[in-house]
Amino acid sequence: TKTRDNIVKGFDSLFSGYSSIDDDFYEELEEILIMGDIGINATTAILENLKTQVEEKHIKDPMECKELLIDSIKEQMYVDSTDYEFENRKSVILVIGVNGVGKTTSVGKLAGKLKDQGKRVILAAADTFRAAAGEQLTQWANRAGVDIIGGQSGADPASVVYDAVAAAKARNADVLICDTAGRLHNKKNLMEELRKIYRILEKEYPEAYLETLVVLDGTTGQNALVQARQFAEVANVNGIILTKLDGTAKGGIAVAIQSELDIPVKYIGVGESIDDLQKFDANEFVNALFNVDERARSNGEDNE
Amino acid sequence: MAFESLTEKLQNVFKKLRSKGRLTEEDVKIALKEVKMALLEADVNFKVVKQFTKSVQERAVGQDVMNGLNPGQMVIKIVNDELVSLMGSETTELPIKPGNDMTVIMMAGLQGAGKTTTAAKLAGKLKAKGKRPLLVACDVYRPAAITQLQVNGEKQGVEVFSMGDKQKPVDIAKAAIGHAKEHQQNVVIIDTAGRLHIDENMMQELADIKENVQVDATVLVVDAMTGQDAVNVAKTFTDKVGIDGVILTKMDGDTRGGAALSIKAVTGKPILYVGMGEKLTDLEQFYPDRMASRILGMGDVMSLIEKV
Ligand SMILES: Nc1nc2c(ncn2[C@@H]2O[C@H](COP(=O)(O)OP(=O)(O)OP(=O)(O)O)[C@@H](O)[C@H]2O)c(=O)[nH]1
Ligand SMILES: Nc1nc2c(ncn2[C@@H]2O[C@H](COP(=O)(O)OP(=O)(O)OP(=O)(O)O)[C@@H](O)[C@H]2O)c(=O)[nH]1
Ligand SMILES: [Mg+2]
Ligand SMILES: [Mg+2]
Repeated sequence: TKTRDNIVKGFDSLFSGYSSIDDDFYEELEEILIMGDIGINATTAILENLKTQVEEKHIKDPMECKELLIDSIKEQMYVDSTDYEFENRKSVILVIGVNGVGKTTSVGKLAGKLKDQGKRVILAAADTFRAAAGEQLTQWANRAGVDIIGGQSGADPASVVYDAVAAAKARNADVLICDTAGRLHNKKNLMEELRKIYRILEKEYPEAYLETLVVLDGTTGQNALVQARQFAEVANVNGIILTKLDGTAKGGIAVAIQSELDIPVKYIGVGESIDDLQKFDANEFVNALFNVDERARSNGEDNE
Repeated sequence: MAFESLTEKLQNVFKKLRSKGRLTEEDVKIALKEVKMALLEADVNFKVVKQFTKSVQERAVGQDVMNGLNPGQMVIKIVNDELVSLMGSETTELPIKPGNDMTVIMMAGLQGAGKTTTAAKLAGKLKAKGKRPLLVACDVYRPAAITQLQVNGEKQGVEVFSMGDKQKPVDIAKAAIGHAKEHQQNVVIIDTAGRLHIDENMMQELADIKENVQVDATVLVVDAMTGQDAVNVAKTFTDKVGIDGVILTKMDGDTRGGAALSIKAVTGKPILYVGMGEKLTDLEQFYPDRMASRILGMGDVMSLIEKV
């Protein structure tokens, strides 16, 4: 059994604990947002916006303030259904991110999801560097019941992608999903390697809709912003997969990223099984982040 | 990034006060606001930051400004000294027993933190010191976890003990100790599966291993990029399993690694090594003083202050 103990558990008591909206109130709210990994910049922006609204609407009651705050974050995090366009088209999904965030696992889960929709899915094992990365993805391909190309340790990742595109064309695949090696965003040559892979997909597979997803670990702090920014430099990033949200950290960093970089979260990872990938739901996400309302419900359901 | 100008900011704050010989409460308060921001940007836990700035405030107020330093530098010096002392001023080594006495090390941590890689790095380091290590594959869950350890073990020229993925980790660990005794191996490094600290069954699994096998050192492996939740993770592993030290991984990135400070403050356990890359030689000693200036987002100012 997992017990949910929220890092922002002060949230509810904050609003019930104050009778008026004053500096102390805002200061405590700031604390709570920062404790949720939302970061200083995004927190400041959220608070400024809130203060303006409180003033304009002559709000006196902290509880009303809570609604405003939550609604504005929800609105900001909202994902349009057109953002999942690649699910309806012939497409290629490039999955990138720093080490250990959950790329390979997410590729496996995504493959399972798309396969269940009746699509023909092929995986490209373009992590030829990490020990047993190919074996790991092969196991996921088996779980999902899809084909896999590459997986040879030490091979050139660009040529794996090249081969995978050829296979996707030959087998008339609906979706090609490329797993890549974890790389820290400050490693120039590894980021260049990624740029090359991106270009190959653009050039060799123009008929497929190219969707690039950055995987971020939901427990990551402010560095995730730098990660997202740097990956967006080498590829046109369309969205984020936020993983490990089954932990206590609720991925507040995603709010910072949405606010500063305007990249939407499209999927969340909530466990290690093949079904543990969900489409992002702004409503649920923000409720979970602040542990509001739905708490009673989620407590009941939270047993594994 | 914004925090690189912390020194500048502090110096601006104090520009007007240059002529002063003592730090007043108000001076320090203003300066510490900037320091607080820098620490939060570095992912130091909010509560730790609060406690920390409070104790710096107490120490700094009324201090004579040292000759050659301006008040801004003086505050930085005090902040840095306090950070270093919080982090532990000395480097700590893993307690490896001398001669042929067996030392058992268990790796623990969240998913993807770097346990398997670090286990192999440690094995290589100890082998180079003349030890006879054995790596033990107790991750029976993650796809290809055993193969990953085997590939790394082979690279290091270190034997890997595995019983496949159908046995219980505690049984594998017990059998591994027997195997090590039989083969005169004197350091046993147990790789375990990644687990969430709130997953009670999985946490119990580690406690079970410790109950059945004499573990000399449990090492918590932590991703240096971890955010505010690092303290909850470290605290729960400490309470539920018990840890003896921490290894911080992925420090070759540009994170400022504030999690390190939070974990140290919360658990009191030393940081033993830092992972500096994916290669199996990329494991380095931990230097608290360097970490302090990294967390603050400074470098050169410290050397400037040191020269005074
Ligand atoms: N609890 C939890 N664990 C996850 C989730 N997603 C991935 N993991 C685990 O995180 C660890 C790392 O996942 P991988 O998929 O290997 O990560 P990666 O990004 O491919 O790693 P590298 O290729 O080494 O960079 C594994 O133990 C996964 O089982 C998630 O949503 N929740
Ligand atoms: N850049 C860098 N990468 C590292 C470091 N340590 C580990 N990694 C990488 O991080 C990823 C995860 O490492 P693993 O050793 O598989 O992590 P783990 O904790 O065993 O993962 P699970 O068993 O899935 O929980 C791999 O891609 C490693 O190569 C480091 O110090 N620097
Ligand atoms: Mg991978
Ligand atoms: Mg592992």
